[in-house]
Formats: sequence, C-alpha cells, structure tokens
Amino acid sequence: MTPEPYFFLLIFIGVAFVFPIAPLVLAWLWRHFFQPAKPGAAKNATYECGVESLGEAQVQFQSQFYLYAIIFLIFDVESIFLIPFAVAFTGLPIGAFVAILVFLLLLFEGLVWAWSKGCLNWAK
Amino acid sequence: MEQKIDEGLRSELQKQGIWVTSMQELYNWGRRSSIWPLQFGLACCAIEMIATAASRYDLARFGGEVFRPSPRQADLMIVAGTVTKKMAPQIVRLYNQMPDPKYVISMGACAISGGPFKQGYNVLKGIDRYIPVDVYIPGCPPRPEALLHAFMDLQRKIDGQKLTGAGKADHLKKTQASEFPVPEFGEHDLEPPANPQIFHPPEIEGA
Repeated sequence: MTPEPYFFLLIFIGVAFVFPIAPLVLAWLWRHFFQPAKPGAAKNATYECGVESLGEAQVQFQSQFYLYAIIFLIFDVESIFLIPFAVAFTGLPIGAFVAILVFLLLLFEGLVWAWSKGCLNWAK
Repeated sequence: MEQKIDEGLRSELQKQGIWVTSMQELYNWGRRSSIWPLQFGLACCAIEMIATAASRYDLARFGGEVFRPSPRQADLMIVAGTVTKKMAPQIVRLYNQMPDPKYVISMGACAISGGPFKQGYNVLKGIDRYIPVDVYIPGCPPRPEALLHAFMDLQRKIDGQKLTGAGKADHLKKTQASEFPVPEFGEHDLEPPANPQIFHPPEIEGA
C-alpha cells in the first residue's frame, strides 16, 4: 500500500494546532496547580509608563488645527533649506545670498498674510 | 513529600549521559537564566546599569540582557538611582503592573536610603518603604561588577525557592499580595510615608 501523497498535509495541520495550543495548556495547568493568578486593579490597568491613564485613547483633534499644521509644515521645510544656507554662508556669492533672502521674504510674507487673515487665532 | 535523588547516583547517571532533574530545579533553572529586567533608570546608577548591560560587562552572560520596555514582560525591577517623591508612585505602580514572580534590586545609596540626598525635602528615603526589595547594592554609584554580583545573588535566591510545601516561594502562595498600595501626594509628604506592612527599618538599641 502506497501512502497517500497528501497525508503529510494532515500531519502539518495537526502540528499547526498542537504547537500554539500546547504552551497555552501548559500555562493553564501551571496556573491551576502551582501559581495562582493574582489580577489586580493596577496590574490590569492600561500601561502608561507608570502614570495613571486619563480619558480615552480615541481623542479627536478639532479640524481648525489643520491651519497650524500647514503653517508648521512650511516653516519646517524652510529650516531644512536654511541649514545648507547656514553651512555654506561664508562661501556664498552675492546672487545666492540674495536668492535665499528672497526665499525667506516670501515665507515671511506668507506668515504676515496668514496672521492678518486671522489664521493664528483659534477658531471656536 | 520531598524526594531528593542521591547525589552520588545522580553524578553516576550523568557520566552515562542521563540527566536527572526535578520539576523545581528545571523551573528555577529556567527562571534564573532568563531574568528580564524592566528598562528604566532614575539617575547616575542607570549609567552603570547601562554599562553592565553593554558589551564590556555583558549582563547577557547571566541571561539578563533583555531589558523590557513594558512591565508586562519584566521579571526584575532594578531601581537604579535617586527616587524622588514625585517619581515614587510611578515606580510602585510599575511594580504593581509586573506579573509574578517579580524581584527588585535596590541599586545604590539613593534607592536604599536616599543616599546623599537623604536630608532633602523631595527624595524618598529608600524604595523599600513601598515595595519589597530582594537585593540591596551599596555604592554611589555601584560599579557594574557590583550589579553583576547582585544579579548572581538574586539568581542564587531564585535557585533556592521551593515549588511546593510549606516553605514555597511567595509568588506561589495564594494569599501573598502581588500589588502594593500606591502612595499619594499629600500636603507635605507622600501619604502614607511608608507601607507599614513591608517597611521594617532596623531599630537602634537603647534609643
């Protein structure tokens, strides 16, 4: 009699079940016979680096926040451009210097514009 | 109940390639060879603790290099440094959140008694006021060798813990508390200033 060619799949399925279940059963037996479970208020509480957790995890930010986020993003990118400018500052020709000043002026104008439009006031 | 195999027979069997052990030995061997500390440092002692874990002193030789960032997976709390009164409730809460069995090493003069800051208004005068400490390491700060020594002491302690019988380990007893009350900020000090159930300072005779 030749063995069924797919019989090993059955063995694999068996192993796949036993492998994760065996440690769980062992742990359950261990708890039952040796080490009683000791749940508690602090032990079951949410882990928050030792601080008591406050409120819910699903906090919503107000949609007005996107204006701040956009302005922050622009000036964040600006700082990336400013670092090579600062590093190469002493060796810059006058044209490059003026170019970066124009770039800064544009952003500054943008800030003044956003400010005057009231974007920095928190809309209620 | 206690059945001990004859040591002579045991070594004779070992020579023939048969290893005889007991459940308790196996259990303790596994636990002492994989003590995972909780990853947190409080002051300069933490630098020595980091050095102990790094390659030069290599805590991994003792199975303790797996510093866990969550108390859920930690077995050992190394209180490495000055415990301020602001920090004490957090430490007790972290200890409470660790699963049993759990151990505490009180590292350095500050964690033992407040150390050089003992007279200060904001420093806890020893973490053993709130949680039970297994091993104390004196020093300011203790060298990594001292921490390794404490680690080996703890391993010896774990090795000696009984699995069954009257003298079995505390974490196996049903009645033994696994959590300790977290102190609160009072008007002048932490409330209570110490947990009277576990804090038994030595008394000076004649005082």
